[in-house]
Amino acid sequence: MAYRVAAGGTSHVFADLRELMAKATPLRSGDQLAGLAAGSMQEMMAARIALADLPLRTFMHEALVPYEEDEVTRLILDTHDAAAFAPIATLTVGEFRDWLCSDAATTEVLAGVAPGITPEMAAAVSKLMRNQDLILVARKCRVVTRFRNTLGLPGRLAVRLQPNHPTDDAAGILASTIDGLSYGCGDAVIGINPASDSLGRIGELLRLLDELIARFDMPTQGCILTHITSSIALIGQGAPVDLVFQSVAGTQAANSSFGIDLSILQEGMEAGRSQKRGTVGDNVMYFETGQGAALSAYAHHGVDQQTLEARAYAVCRAYEPLLVNTVVGFIGPEYLYDGKQIIRAGLEDHFCGKLLGVPMGCDICYTNHAEADQDDMDTLLTLLGTAGVNFIMGVPGADDVMLNYQSTSFHDQLYIREVLGLKRAPEFEAWLQRMDITDVSGRLSAKQGGHVLLAAMPGRAA
Amino acid sequence: MSEEPNPGVRQLADLARLTPARIALGRSGASLPTREVLRFGMAHAQARDAVHAPFDADDVASRLAELRLEVIRVESAACSREEYLRRPDLGRRLSSGSREALTVRRGDFDLSIVVADGLSSTAIHQNVVPFAAMLLPLLARQGLRLAPVVVGREARVALGDEIGAALGARAVAVLIGERPGLSSPDSLGAYLTFAPRAGLTDAARNCISNIRPGGLAYEHAAFKLSWLIAEAFRRSLTGVGLKDESDLALEADAAGKLAISR
Repeated sequence: MAYRVAAGGTSHVFADLRELMAKATPLRSGDQLAGLAAGSMQEMMAARIALADLPLRTFMHEALVPYEEDEVTRLILDTHDAAAFAPIATLTVGEFRDWLCSDAATTEVLAGVAPGITPEMAAAVSKLMRNQDLILVARKCRVVTRFRNTLGLPGRLAVRLQPNHPTDDAAGILASTIDGLSYGCGDAVIGINPASDSLGRIGELLRLLDELIARFDMPTQGCILTHITSSIALIGQGAPVDLVFQSVAGTQAANSSFGIDLSILQEGMEAGRSQKRGTVGDNVMYFETGQGAALSAYAHHGVDQQTLEARAYAVCRAYEPLLVNTVVGFIGPEYLYDGKQIIRAGLEDHFCGKLLGVPMGCDICYTNHAEADQDDMDTLLTLLGTAGVNFIMGVPGADDVMLNYQSTSFHDQLYIREVLGLKRAPEFEAWLQRMDITDVSGRLSAKQGGHVLLAAMPGRAA
Repeated sequence: MSEEPNPGVRQLADLARLTPARIALGRSGASLPTREVLRFGMAHAQARDAVHAPFDADDVASRLAELRLEVIRVESAACSREEYLRRPDLGRRLSSGSREALTVRRGDFDLSIVVADGLSSTAIHQNVVPFAAMLLPLLARQGLRLAPVVVGREARVALGDEIGAALGARAVAVLIGERPGLSSPDSLGAYLTFAPRAGLTDAARNCISNIRPGGLAYEHAAFKLSWLIAEAFRRSLTGVGLKDESDLALEADAAGKLAISR
């Protein structure tokens, strides 16, 4: 069905809902690369004006990616909670924005409607929202998850400690981990991107983290970010897998390019839970996503990259994850060209994920061929901290020497805690004090626990 | 327990030699010390300049010519660095003029070597000529018929597919500037593709990464690439079906030398 709107003295026609959504999207290089972006600023605004009048119900009967061809669409529509949707069922997209910003949409009310919101509805309303709206509404959403600690509580920010090493060297990884712990990082997860994909090597890394966590009785979880089929195989071999990791995208075809489908994700979750390694909860999944993933796999079905990213969160939502991380600037400038586009995408992703009920964190990051720098990351960190992001990355000096990109550092998380008064996960905060890494106020102690943590290094006495 | 000030912090500093990661940086309150802010800023500047420094194809071509190589210069369909970064598809296609220039040189070649600026012209300026000097004798030992070396501007890896096909080469080796990391702005990559033709994906290639003085040494990388080339011709394939087992060959080679010296 075509959409027509007369706006700004011109008549605009959009051939279908996909085109309307794409052209309403704030400009980004990935939609331009796909040939989907609005041709002018006026066309973009005309699309937003038309989108604002669209009833939310439209998304229940007009699929952007065909139901018959795509299991993600089937997941979204078949598991839709009509009762949760009821309070917003009569709204248009524009009225939905007004409602989200209003006092009626409290934390409790938003949690109640989340199962009734489809990713397409979240993406649509985000296209009408300014950055301040994305922050204001996301801040009202609360998604709390648990494994060995409690993540997502108000006034708290967790950090994934990311101690990557170019050759997976155990001593090098331990050195970065101990340094990060001494800055109070690691409550979200201690998560290693392995350079190797051999099961034997990954098993060794799993045991390295397991022994470290056990030695200090640390209330956190470890993860090796390897393919889900490897984690399932390692669980079968008895390896100590806390969290099951997988990259996911918003279409069946894109997931297929990752070597997964929904049944494998289900199998991974069941394998993870079968171990019963969580102490305070059984959210065992860790997912990563990023705008542009579907297009880069030639699997975007003519849908804009932000809407497809929101669909990836619907995939995540089905498996009750502990952590969902949008790796926002990693993919490169052909999808998000500069700091402005990366900042906007980070806020959209966080908002859409939280609105859908997903425990969103963000790898606030960029590559060296993007028009961005650490100042842009400071800006996005400050905005996402204000928006209540569940977790960020802690990379030594913000420089990942294995993946060759820049993220946020151990120091960056100290900065945002100091500026916004954000605490760590409560169980982890208490552990840091016991270890004399932080004082009762959560600030680093003079010794940063160094003498105790160093006992974990091979060949060193406590 | 020592009575020295901050013994824990001082001991943590000892860990820094165990990893290239930026650890034990110290702090000024919550923030990085000025020294580290500047060190990071310089590393980022080097990486940014590696992406945007103009590619000096003339100089690269003349230095390759000194290795007694015939050189052809080509350009991709991307007209500027900005277009190259925004449109990876254009960096994978030859400009029409360059396509014609290669077609007239079509011949009976085993291997086409392509030198491509990629995402780091710095990597090419610094590393491609000394690497080629190590590689060429190994290729000569295999008796390979080399096509003229092609130096390509605003080029992605897959540009080699069209170049190799246009020249009629049985395989193409693309030497390209890799996406610069903060600690490695000068990484050269080598991608080998058997039976090159437009439309192939990376699953059809073998890659050797991080070729630079601070990474994989030229000599070691040249041995690996030469080994892969020999195996590609022996088995008529590259990609996921060809595992890099050159390290085993290198060890066997070393063991052999040892046996001889005894």
